[in-house]
Amino acid sequence: MRRLFVKRGRPFSALESPELKNPERELSHFRRRLMGAAALIVLGFAGLVGRFVYLQVFQHQHYQTLAESNRIAIVPIVPNRGVITDRNGVILAQSYSAYTLEVTPSRVKNLDETIDELAKLVDIQQRDRKRFRRLLEETKNFESLPLRTRLSNEEVARFAVNRYRFPGVEIKARLFRQYPFGEIASHVIGYIGRINDRDVERIDEWDETANYKGSDYIGKVGLELSYERELHGTTGVEEVEVDAGGRAVRTLSRTAPTSGNNLRLSLDIKLQQAIEAAFGERRGALVAIDPSNGEVLAFISKPGFDPNLFVDGIDPASWDALNDSPDKPLLNRPLRGAYPPGSTIKPFLALSALASGKRTATQTIFDPGFFQIAGSAHRFRDDKVGGHGTVDMTKSIVVSCDTYYYMLANDTDIDVTHDFLAQFGFGSKTGIDIEGELSGVLPSRAWKRERFAGKNYRDEHRKWYLGDSISAGIGQGYNAFTPLQQAEAIATIANDGLAYRPHLVRSIENVKTGAVRDIVPQASHTVPVKPEHLAVVKNALIGVAREGTGARAFVGSQYVSAGKTGTSQLFSLKGEKYSASHVDERLRDHAWYLAYAPADHPRIALAVLVENGGFGAQAAAPIARAVFDYYLLGRPPAAAAPEAPRATDDESD
Amino acid sequence: MQNFLALLGNLWELLARRVDNFLMASALAIVGVGLVTLFSASDQNVARVTSQALSLGFALVLMWIVANVAPQQIVRAAVPLYAVSVLLLVAVALGGTVVNGSRRWLNLGIGRFQPSELMKIALPLMLAWYFQKRETRLRFVDFIVAAVLIALPVWLIKRQPDLGTALMIGAAGFYVLYLAGLSWKIMLGLAAVAGAAAPFVWQHLHDYQQERILTFIDPARDPLGAGYHSSQASIALGSGGVIGKGWLNGTQTHLDFLPERHTDFIFAVFGEEFGLIGNTVLLVLYLLLIGRALVITANASTLFTRLLAGAITLMFFTYAFVNMAMVSGLLPIVGVPLPLVSYGGTALVSLFIGLGILMNVQANRKLVKT
Repeated sequence: MRRLFVKRGRPFSALESPELKNPERELSHFRRRLMGAAALIVLGFAGLVGRFVYLQVFQHQHYQTLAESNRIAIVPIVPNRGVITDRNGVILAQSYSAYTLEVTPSRVKNLDETIDELAKLVDIQQRDRKRFRRLLEETKNFESLPLRTRLSNEEVARFAVNRYRFPGVEIKARLFRQYPFGEIASHVIGYIGRINDRDVERIDEWDETANYKGSDYIGKVGLELSYERELHGTTGVEEVEVDAGGRAVRTLSRTAPTSGNNLRLSLDIKLQQAIEAAFGERRGALVAIDPSNGEVLAFISKPGFDPNLFVDGIDPASWDALNDSPDKPLLNRPLRGAYPPGSTIKPFLALSALASGKRTATQTIFDPGFFQIAGSAHRFRDDKVGGHGTVDMTKSIVVSCDTYYYMLANDTDIDVTHDFLAQFGFGSKTGIDIEGELSGVLPSRAWKRERFAGKNYRDEHRKWYLGDSISAGIGQGYNAFTPLQQAEAIATIANDGLAYRPHLVRSIENVKTGAVRDIVPQASHTVPVKPEHLAVVKNALIGVAREGTGARAFVGSQYVSAGKTGTSQLFSLKGEKYSASHVDERLRDHAWYLAYAPADHPRIALAVLVENGGFGAQAAAPIARAVFDYYLLGRPPAAAAPEAPRATDDESD
Repeated sequence: MQNFLALLGNLWELLARRVDNFLMASALAIVGVGLVTLFSASDQNVARVTSQALSLGFALVLMWIVANVAPQQIVRAAVPLYAVSVLLLVAVALGGTVVNGSRRWLNLGIGRFQPSELMKIALPLMLAWYFQKRETRLRFVDFIVAAVLIALPVWLIKRQPDLGTALMIGAAGFYVLYLAGLSWKIMLGLAAVAGAAAPFVWQHLHDYQQERILTFIDPARDPLGAGYHSSQASIALGSGGVIGKGWLNGTQTHLDFLPERHTDFIFAVFGEEFGLIGNTVLLVLYLLLIGRALVITANASTLFTRLLAGAITLMFFTYAFVNMAMVSGLLPIVGVPLPLVSYGGTALVSLFIGLGILMNVQANRKLVKT
């Protein structure tokens, strides 16, 4: 271990005498080492030159391109989303620009610390942090994510002064959607929300991917969804020189965005408000249509929800509250609620009987208060104890005599009935201009076979029985219609069989050119009913409102209206006496009223459904009255429409 | 007037007497390049350039003093300087100012001071002194002592943490051993030990240090994170091309893509704006400086001055090489400034003290004969 230092291979150690030490040799050895170092230096610098030549000559093009793309960014300019107004121009949905505080996570060293620091400058709530965390999990971290939205001017100023302390944090102007009426008409207007994977697929299908660069939001529900492509507009492009923070330093070129088209609805928001007020706390649906052109004047689904909650991404608590509520506020009842029509089906069945020749208008039956199928002991009861006595077609509608329709159903093949009623749109989509409509059920033999085609069912399940016909004959059984279908059907009667496709949007305005494209009412088809047949039924409907089951709600009205009450059963009690007080509130019958007014020249036709409202005459008809009073006379309802008192137990539908 | 001119002449004579013109000229040329680049890198911030120029003035004064002291003074300064440097490093560890997560600075009231810079001079000085003292009686235990003298500051600096400087100072110590004639077998043995210890060392590196090394192996790993500096610097150099984008016209620089562009990455700014030609000129300037320093070293009269001058020269090269190799993506990112170019007063001062020592050695090459 002594040969630590070498000198030309000879040991150099303390054992050697100093005399043997040769300074010349030592120096020459040192110089050799120095030469080695010099060689290393030359080699190192040569390596650097090689690297520079590689980077700056051979790879120059490549890096030049990278530097350019570093420098120039194509920034999409999001267009202003179209405004939605009611038929009178009242704004129902609009966009406004507001400042948001945005963080690019990849450029922030310590997110939590930064957010804590920011919270000293601007108000950052726990829910803002939660939402930010959620966005963070959802997105790649080189996007900037909103931490706080809708900053006040003061907050913007406070941040601007301190901006240098927060690399990766900046203020951006973003467009926000606002629904000034909140819950009112929320199911019609719908809402927008952040684009998710499913939306991306949809955009791909439209071949609009480029146009949605920079868009954060897309219509999710309602008209915002179904008119997305009108409302969105065309995205503009700005070519900017950016610094490493992505901040624009200077604009190189710019193509302005084109705002989305404005929608003008046929809806009258004041009418809508009045009706929602008339509903009060009750759940249900109402669709009012102008029978002469299919314009939807009111479209109510109660309870509603505040669409503004969804714009920023709804917080979990509010979402749970809406989603778990037994009142199902998110359900679009007119569109997606299918309910048995109850007695409201009777005028249509009467028309069917006249058309098929099974009954004439004056032909009478005797109603003992019940109906029995030949050879069966089961009694299908009428609502009126002891029966209505002698009943012709008009009376069958005015007093809503069940026995008349039991007998009619007994005499008529279900498929004949199905084919006739289908012409009024039952069992198929109306084609309204908002997505998600249900078809409901208009039963027939074919339908039943199909419905019970599954392996779990046997042939006896698939077979059509006479009893099925009898139940269907008074609008119960398998029948299930949406309030929209009901409104469309009664509007078709009001319009003497000429059916218009219902629509919510009246005109579309191009903001740039100012051109207004009117939605032309589309007469979808004419139901071939003889005028004299129609006259019988329409007279009977007037009778309902004047002296029949609906009369109590229309006492003293200054116009003649026509209508039909109905009760759709949830709790099968036929054959037993139904007593509302004995049945849980949520299992009570739904109340229907179909109506139009003025009877001679209808301007409005509607269908009202009050869930668990009990008898149609009691809960639903007064709402129809309030609507007509407002729409025809301009009289606003004071408060929730009162329930019409029931004079006697047997005055019902 | 005649007298005044004569006085000036005398003064100049006094000032320039022990200053090596060749060394001085090449160093000032490099500093000039640095100031010009700094002006661009700081977005034409005159204050920053002025501050660097003031540091330069101070550094020149110190250089002159060091060049003019008696050589024995330098020998005598070795032990106290080393001791003070170690004490300052301990002081930093106990109460230093934390900047960017590292405790490297001592706050002196008038400004911050980085004791590890002092160690760059103090360690070779100490080792050269030690080997000179033991010149005729070298034994194995002397190497243990030398190893401890090296390991102590390296450990203190590594835990600041400042891996780059720790490695550099370790290298300075190693150069002295190499020039003193450490057997190749032992050097190879040390290299083998280092290789074997690598996995252990890896575990003791900070996350960001591991990340830098991984990123060096594969820069595409995290182009917006740890690989960002490296890839942006490569883009700057590469897009500069042969003739560069011109002074003040580097887009990478002026659009903020380059990090640390006044300090460790200033070479990327230079390379972007002056291209391959500029880089070559700068390399030539360094080569002239280092070549001159090698000549001085070769002519040094004592073992002490030989070892000291040799270590300083090799350190100069190492800094320049490691920095440029790092910026151009040949080495992983370690925090090493480009000598005489990067912004930073302490580094400039210690570099000029080094130059002062070289000048002192050159001036005294014949005075002290063994």
